[in-house]
Amino acid sequence: MAVQVRVPTILRSYTGGSKVVEGVGDTLAALFIDIDSHFPGLRGRLVSEDAGELHRFVNIYVNDEDVRFLGGLDAKISDGDTVTILPAVAGGSAMMPATAGI
Amino acid sequence: MRFDSLVDSVGRTPLVGLPRLSPSPDVRLWAKLEQDNPTGSIKDRAALWMIADGEKRGLLTPGATVLEPTSGNTGISLAMVCRQRGYRLVCVMPENTSAERRQLLAMWGAEIVYSPASGGSNEAVAVAKRLAAEHPDWVMLYQYGNPANAQAHYETTGPELLADLPTITHFVAGLGTTGTLMGTGRFLRERVPGIRIIAAEPRYGEIVYGLRNIDEGFIPELYDGSVLTTRISVGPKESLRRTRQMVEEEGIFAGISSGCILHAALIEADRCVRAGQRADIAVIVCDGGWKYLSTGAYAGTLEEAEAALEGQLWA
Repeated sequence: MAVQVRVPTILRSYTGGSKVVEGVGDTLAALFIDIDSHFPGLRGRLVSEDAGELHRFVNIYVNDEDVRFLGGLDAKISDGDTVTILPAVAGGSAMMPATAGI
Repeated sequence: MRFDSLVDSVGRTPLVGLPRLSPSPDVRLWAKLEQDNPTGSIKDRAALWMIADGEKRGLLTPGATVLEPTSGNTGISLAMVCRQRGYRLVCVMPENTSAERRQLLAMWGAEIVYSPASGGSNEAVAVAKRLAAEHPDWVMLYQYGNPANAQAHYETTGPELLADLPTITHFVAGLGTTGTLMGTGRFLRERVPGIRIIAAEPRYGEIVYGLRNIDEGFIPELYDGSVLTTRISVGPKESLRRTRQMVEEEGIFAGISSGCILHAALIEADRCVRAGQRADIAVIVCDGGWKYLSTGAYAGTLEEAEAALEGQLWA
């Protein structure tokens, strides 16, 4: 079994258009290295090489919890987990085009 | 309760137990009903504090024009306060904002400037910043970066919660401007050892994120991750399911962002039950459901409601 990674539209040029890709690794860092070997360039969009941490405007969730609160790139990953990558947007109760409150 | 005027009645909202949604007698949920504020949302607190702060600093003088990128509750709250204090309010909002929302803002006295729909909320912020540069005498309160937004919650929401629920162990709120979480979170952290501050973050449909370049993201200037214990991403289906549960089981007719918050709270509640820990979990109900009826969130099956929300910023 492996870990499922959900890729946002903007990054699917790196995954041949795939919405979900699979990878292996005990930590988020290891998972990204594994995935980058199949989809070169993807990791560079998520991790800043200089700082060795996640890019500021990238949010990553392991089973819906923000990895920045789970140890960042050192966050532990287990088989069967779902990793979701999302860009940071203005929204949530603050600005909404069509519906939402606030 | 008697007040000198409507703006004086902002805050001091009820905290009500959620006995049917609470998992056990030791793990209890409590809802702070922010729809009981004068214009029906939690944003009355931030609007009043930002205006009062502008007055204190001499930025707002009689007849001043206030500018703000908002199509929602903040605009309505600001419009109400500005009308009472004699200021003109200009709201910048994406042109695809619902007719319902435009009418509400106009009714409370706001003028509206539209930004291109394709640019979404980021574009509305950009247009507002441009307008502010063109009109140096206009005052942009800028809820995403105005410390008075968080301060409102540090001075009111936090103390109210602690007074009503001295045994509080968790505070759960939505992540938008981040004002509620930063202000309430800081207040509670200073006074309640070990308190967990949980952010519920709405996860929208793909279309909302689709156009965003990952290098041009947006993080509100008020945001400070060190205030939070964790951040939980909640999709539209879970948010809708919890919004409906809130009215079906507890009789609370809330907006969809409150369902998002309840979902994160129930995840925490479940963790506490499994760990055998006592918990008093306070959740924010941001507003009532009235403004969202036309979204279809409350009618038909959950799947139909979810489909209706696709592509919209629903919280």
